[in-house]
Amino acid sequence: MNRIHETFVRLKESNKKAFVVYLTSGYPDLKTTEELVLELAGRGVSMIELGVPFSDPLADGVIIQEASFKALLNNINLDKIISLVRKLRKDTQVPLILMTYYNPVYQYGIERLARKAADAGLDGIIVPDLPPEESSRLKNAFGRYGLSLIFLLAQNSPVERMKLIARESTGFIYCLSHIGITGVREKLEHDLRPFLERIRKTTDKPFVVGFGISRPEQVQKVNKWADGVVVGSAIIDVIRRNLGKKNLVKKVGDYVTELMRD
Amino acid sequence: MLPDKRGRFGFFGGKFVPETVMSALDELNEVCLQAKKDKRFQEEFKYYLSQYAGRPTSLYRAERLEKKLRGARIYLKREDLCHTGAHKINNTIGQLLLAKRMGKSRIIAETGAGQHGVATATASALFGLKCDIYMGTEDIKRQELNVFRMKLLGARVIPVDSGSCTLKDAINEAIRDWTTNVLTTHYVIGSVVGPHPYPMMVRDFQSVIGKETKKQILKVEGRLPDYLVACVGGGSNSLGLFYPFIKDKVQFIGVEAGGLGLAGGHHGATLARGKVGILHGTMSYLLQDKDGQIRETHSVAPGLDYPGVGPEHSYLKKTGRAKYVTVTDREALSSFKLLSETEGIIPALESAHAIAYVVKFAPKLNKNKVIIVNLSGRGDKDVDIVAGKIK
Repeated sequence: MNRIHETFVRLKESNKKAFVVYLTSGYPDLKTTEELVLELAGRGVSMIELGVPFSDPLADGVIIQEASFKALLNNINLDKIISLVRKLRKDTQVPLILMTYYNPVYQYGIERLARKAADAGLDGIIVPDLPPEESSRLKNAFGRYGLSLIFLLAQNSPVERMKLIARESTGFIYCLSHIGITGVREKLEHDLRPFLERIRKTTDKPFVVGFGISRPEQVQKVNKWADGVVVGSAIIDVIRRNLGKKNLVKKVGDYVTELMRD
Repeated sequence: MLPDKRGRFGFFGGKFVPETVMSALDELNEVCLQAKKDKRFQEEFKYYLSQYAGRPTSLYRAERLEKKLRGARIYLKREDLCHTGAHKINNTIGQLLLAKRMGKSRIIAETGAGQHGVATATASALFGLKCDIYMGTEDIKRQELNVFRMKLLGARVIPVDSGSCTLKDAINEAIRDWTTNVLTTHYVIGSVVGPHPYPMMVRDFQSVIGKETKKQILKVEGRLPDYLVACVGGGSNSLGLFYPFIKDKVQFIGVEAGGLGLAGGHHGATLARGKVGILHGTMSYLLQDKDGQIRETHSVAPGLDYPGVGPEHSYLKKTGRAKYVTVTDREALSSFKLLSETEGIIPALESAHAIAYVVKFAPKLNKNKVIIVNLSGRGDKDVDIVAGKIK
């Protein structure tokens, strides 16, 4: 049983929802990413996605694009992120999930990444440009080490694909709040609720909702129908607005605490 | 017959895209397969190609160029004579007809040299659909004339200033738009790149080039050519020429952008120097660093300034069916001038790459050999670039 699974079991027992946070690794630098992980784990977030910066982040809006480019200027790569995870594991057991486009994984070597990720203490991987149809190698490699492979599900996924994704996704299912790319959104879509209800009928696996969530009201609303939320761009934006300030890490922590309040 | 059901050309191709566009790809594939079998669609496509785009284009024997090079016989497939000035219109008419069948109300496209943007804007005007074109700011500077043409045709040109500000980044932005507006919008990809079914669909629409060429050469020479030569950026004009000859004993030569020379890294020679990877929805050769980050490319020809290549080209390279060579900026510029002076044809800088290889290659052959070069576009768009480079 890996940490992701344990987390969902524990949340369910205490009747709580998951709060998942996304960070772009190496933005603004790797040291800050480390401090942010520890801060946010301390604030009680359920899981943390560690974004791997990529030169062509085509599923991301401007906020994460910019963070990604800045991180690449720091020469961040998978080896450095894996080392960071190894270091973090001395201090925290919060589930850590890689969020990465497929090409960096492919170049690193799928087998090699699975082995090193497991060894360092990672718990799973999300690859937004890798649909289940193309994922058999990754699935086998990560499965062998007990790591989760989490797929994205979209509102316009037809019922057959919804079933496929529900079946193939391990750990949890990542549902997109709207049809589009990452980024902060003012409002939730009207048809989010029926979408989430359809998923509930399709699967027993836990599912969380991400893309566009930035406010406490949105978190509360989504949590009525889902098992949790993911917040990404909004957090990166708080980092961006506090760049160079001494209390950056605390500011991000405060923002997350605000989002998590009941 | 390739691709297979998963959109694979052997090891290459596939569908590597966010879930949000997966169902749109399935829908497009479905409509594509139906259209292939539908006589009415084929008739309609043929009608617009002949009555609107000006097909068939001629196969012209370049005798003055032959005299200069003193080698093989050289024919130019005159795609520069198509409406809008390049082969791109073949594909955009086809895709617009499909978009109408799917009931889409909005069209988007990326463009590098601006030729695909102009061809998309043209077809959108023809069929009365709203059209947005993504173009890198670097290319907007280099291809001002085409930007103006697109605007005249009623399209909106959206500048892209991320990354290298060229074709690759325009594709990223177009994919983001498509991901967001997929329910109402059709994304007209301009080359044999992207996720399945795009590489197959664009190849099939562009195959009209090779089909005509085959008939024409049989008529004048009474036999098939020995060599087909075409430039390769994403690879649609080359594949359109090659594909109808795939089972024939004809050698295919694709010419990539050698830029400032392969040694310095400033080039667009994906097949010569790339490694297999995943970009823009497909598995193919890619110019990238050891971490899998995509490298910036360089070519004097904006349409060849791309770090990827169509997956079927990767397959043709891997299987040895096609040969790929490179030509530098300088060689392309000098052929640009040469063809203008000897034949009175100003080629696009992209097509000048194919000519430049023929300039090197034809003198080595005897005069019984027949080379056909795809003159994929005309060079009016490039006179500003060239004016600054040759005196």
